[in-house]
Amino acid sequence: MIERKANPKSINPRELGLKVGLEIHQQLNTKHKLFCNCPTILAREGEVEDTFTRQLRPTRSEFGEVDVAALFEWRKGRMYYYHAPRSHSCLVEADEEPPHEINREAIVIGLAVAKALGSRPVDEIYVMRKIVIDGSNTTGFQRTAIIALGGAIKLPSGKKVGIETIAVEEDAARKMKDEGKYTHYNIDRLGVPLIEISTSPDIETPEEAYEAALTIGQLLRLTGRVKRGIGTIRQDLNVSIRGGVKTEIKGVQRLDLLPKIVLYEALRQHRLLQIRDELRRRGLTEDELRNAARIVDVTSVFKNTQSKIIKRVISRGGKVLAVKLRKFHGLLGVEVQPGRRFGTELADYARFWGGVGGLFHSDELPGYGITSEELREVYKLTGAIEGEDAVVIVADKELNARKALEAVVERAVQALYGVPKETRAAQDDGTTRYMRPQPGAARMYPETDVPPVEVTKDMLAEAERIKPMHPLEKIKQLTEKYGLSSDLANQLLRSPYLGLFEELAAKYSDKVPATYIASLLTNILRSLQREGVPTGNLTEEHFEGIINAVANNIISKDAVPDAIKYLAKNPGASIEDAVRDLGLERMSLDEVERLVEEAIEYNIKAVKERGIAALSKVMGYVMPKVRGRIDGKIVAEIAKRKIIEILEERRRGDK
Amino acid sequence: MSEDPLPGYTGVVRKVLSKAGVSVGDKVRIVTSDGRVFVGVLMPRYSIKPKPIIVLKLDNGYNVGIRIDEGTVVELVKTREAILREAAAGAPAVIPLLEEKPAKKPQERIMVVGTGGTIASKIEYETGAVKPALTAEDLVEAVPEIAMIARIEADVLMNILSENMKPKYWVKIVDAIARHIDEGYDGIIVAHGTDTMTYTASAIAFAFRGLPVPIAFVGSQRSSDRPSSDAAFNLIAATLYAAKSDYAEVAIVMHGETGDTYALANRAVKTRKMHTSRRDAFQPINDRPLMRIYPFEKRLEPLQPPLHRRGEQELRVENGFEEKVALVKYYPGMDGEIIDFLVDRGYKGIILEGTGLGHVGEWLVEPIRRAVDNGVVVVMTSQTLFGRINMNVYNTGRKLLAAGVIPGDDMLPEVAFVKLSWILAHTSSLDEAKRLMRTNLAGEINPRLTVDLYPRWLQ
Repeated sequence: MIERKANPKSINPRELGLKVGLEIHQQLNTKHKLFCNCPTILAREGEVEDTFTRQLRPTRSEFGEVDVAALFEWRKGRMYYYHAPRSHSCLVEADEEPPHEINREAIVIGLAVAKALGSRPVDEIYVMRKIVIDGSNTTGFQRTAIIALGGAIKLPSGKKVGIETIAVEEDAARKMKDEGKYTHYNIDRLGVPLIEISTSPDIETPEEAYEAALTIGQLLRLTGRVKRGIGTIRQDLNVSIRGGVKTEIKGVQRLDLLPKIVLYEALRQHRLLQIRDELRRRGLTEDELRNAARIVDVTSVFKNTQSKIIKRVISRGGKVLAVKLRKFHGLLGVEVQPGRRFGTELADYARFWGGVGGLFHSDELPGYGITSEELREVYKLTGAIEGEDAVVIVADKELNARKALEAVVERAVQALYGVPKETRAAQDDGTTRYMRPQPGAARMYPETDVPPVEVTKDMLAEAERIKPMHPLEKIKQLTEKYGLSSDLANQLLRSPYLGLFEELAAKYSDKVPATYIASLLTNILRSLQREGVPTGNLTEEHFEGIINAVANNIISKDAVPDAIKYLAKNPGASIEDAVRDLGLERMSLDEVERLVEEAIEYNIKAVKERGIAALSKVMGYVMPKVRGRIDGKIVAEIAKRKIIEILEERRRGDK
Repeated sequence: MSEDPLPGYTGVVRKVLSKAGVSVGDKVRIVTSDGRVFVGVLMPRYSIKPKPIIVLKLDNGYNVGIRIDEGTVVELVKTREAILREAAAGAPAVIPLLEEKPAKKPQERIMVVGTGGTIASKIEYETGAVKPALTAEDLVEAVPEIAMIARIEADVLMNILSENMKPKYWVKIVDAIARHIDEGYDGIIVAHGTDTMTYTASAIAFAFRGLPVPIAFVGSQRSSDRPSSDAAFNLIAATLYAAKSDYAEVAIVMHGETGDTYALANRAVKTRKMHTSRRDAFQPINDRPLMRIYPFEKRLEPLQPPLHRRGEQELRVENGFEEKVALVKYYPGMDGEIIDFLVDRGYKGIILEGTGLGHVGEWLVEPIRRAVDNGVVVVMTSQTLFGRINMNVYNTGRKLLAAGVIPGDDMLPEVAFVKLSWILAHTSSLDEAKRLMRTNLAGEINPRLTVDLYPRWLQ
């Protein structure tokens, strides 16, 4: 029998034959969107907007196929509620005007990146429609075009990771919330150009996945033509192990989470293979499983149930259905990832295909108000054998419950073959959940409204001019121009703040040392992050506000960490708010002098006896009182001067 | 009929491809002169400009263009037939979806007359080409909801682009509709391209002097090959109008606003396409919508009474349209010879689209007088679209009236054009033609324009 707990430390991903491919999506900082003349910046809260609601219907391909996921969203009667800020969207985003010709600036930036990666541009660029029917595109498809193929990156370890394709595509609308049958989107982001870089599945460890993503991100930032800040870069993953299946994982926003997600997915596939082997050991066949999996109405069992959920469903006219999973006893409670059992995977299917809230399974029962008597009845009605078979129970409207259990059976059948082909969504704890089946090739067809673009010599020459600098060259430039140590320069290069640093250094380096700005954006930020400060909330405006306040002597450098903490916890606030609320105004020198005099007075004996060596005592008195409102260095200077003055006075007095 | 194996390819490219013995749909491997290698399915090249570029669909579904010269090597990897065979064999097993319970079989019989446009179509995955749905089965397969409302049958009369529509096709459409009404259908839907929909719909409205059932004209502003198409929504709304309403009127049924909330049935002769691309491009001018239709709720909400209700009138058709009628838009400095030309070429009617209350440059008064004297019916409409013609207010108007110009009331220029075409095909009496032009035949004249009948951009 399999260990119930899934322990990530128990596996060696490389030995499991881990293969990872990355898809990096990065917003480009172009003047206009990819297919219209709207700006590429997002709307602020409360801007004038129009709203409209739409539905999307799946379209059919010649083979009569429809994207199942698409069909399903439509069947569910989902409606999309779009918010269209007037300054950030037009009829093109609203799908009320055909797309304009593709933005040449975006193509040139893409070609520049292609050159830096050693990719080979295509000769004519064709815009395709990739069906995406979750409402994030008003059209129901994403416009995307391959501009180059091949190439490679080199990781710091020297390992090469191949590049498969480089595409330029439109970003999707921003999801705001789900509300009943409506999903709300803001279409300000829709159409912002993205570059998509897809690597070959050459990555063999979680750490390599991290390094590869970092290397590509760094190269993109070095163009100086990409957007900066949270949400402007997103990673998707394709993960498989030997005997497993290439699984798509969407929506990895935090780079530091990437190795964990990869490790957990390797673990999940490994655990699913173990479940498969166990089922085979038990001698289960697909026919046996299917024939036994009859969906039974067990509502009568729960007439007087203590389960609140079931009671509520029955009182609303719903039904309780159950199904037997032959020879699955004990396997539904087996974890596939820390905190996620195989039963959780079944529940995901039930939710997606049946639209139900969840399910109960025998490996967690009795419990949740369901008694062992009720469970025994369900075993009896479904013809299941206790200690051998598992049962799954769903309480909902009959049709939904039935669809949910059918999906559960299908998922259970797939367990006999190992890892199903799925698209999964990354979660904040590093686990993933089932999102939808993987779409087939049928979801891609030509965008006939946009003419193809021939890649000309002019475009390639333009791309050559903005081709990103080699990282080593950039480090040299940073050390020479700003006097950064090569370590600090290297850290900057790996951080998302290189561009911001250069901007701030150019603006403020006459008043604030560039090395200070650099370490603020690297070391200081990192140590605050380790303390648990939500640094992800900080915007470029916040950083500029802080540097500006330091430059204008409004706050001292010592007050900066407190100011950052404040802004990270109150992202809507400004540096002025931080200064006011924390009392961070830089202390006047008069005030410092008074405090120092007070300190000397308090420690007069020590000062008289030990002279300048009493400085630490004086500082120890002053510093807690200034609370970062002035740099310690300045306090020390004043204190030193005052002590010397007193000593000299004494000497004169002695004479 | 043997199809071209290499559509869109000419010159060097065609030579290279022919030599390699490959056709569109085959999987090929290409090595360019500069050593780049590409593998993918050869696609047709749909481009007006011939270039030495071939289009490949890569395994990931993307198309790319590759420049070809004499030194390019093209090899066949797999034939189209083999690819299709494998695709059919390896179709992935999907979780079966439970069908919704079929509703009670509906009673109303609706005939969908196809004239063109892409209200229902299939995409050819390989080429991206959009093919119209040609049968009732195709229609119902594409938009299954309509089968829950009515029993749908289809008659694909023609398949022409909206801009290529001609009065002689109106005649065919009138005949087909008349036949189907006579066969006992409870309503007619005409699928039509949107560009000239008002013209055709108005032609039908004038030709049916007695109309016992609803006729809905429907089209789409977003072609049906995309998930956001308005086609299905509009078609469901049109089916509701044709099957469930008791308005025996010709209506244009399209989106009522940019979102998918409601459609509007607008009186054909008062409706105009007012936007190049929006879903709600069709707006009534100098009139209110007939009804609001909620396709998801299958609900009709009347907004004004119809001219006639279902079954009030017997079917009566007067088919035929005079082709020697012109629609002329006045512009500053317009040369009188343009009028002279029409008269000399034997035109029998001219609709003028004048300025404001119904004016043209005073130098045109004489050419117009000559036209009237030659038996040409000249009608004045306005470029402003909104409002009514009144030629008594200014001197030029009075001169034009004196010259014999007929004021076109608040009729849309296009509708006046269709009306005059129809009138001149059915009477040889000038006086009768003039009388009919000023008579409200199908709701094309609104005798009372109220304050609300005008859009304002700021509320």
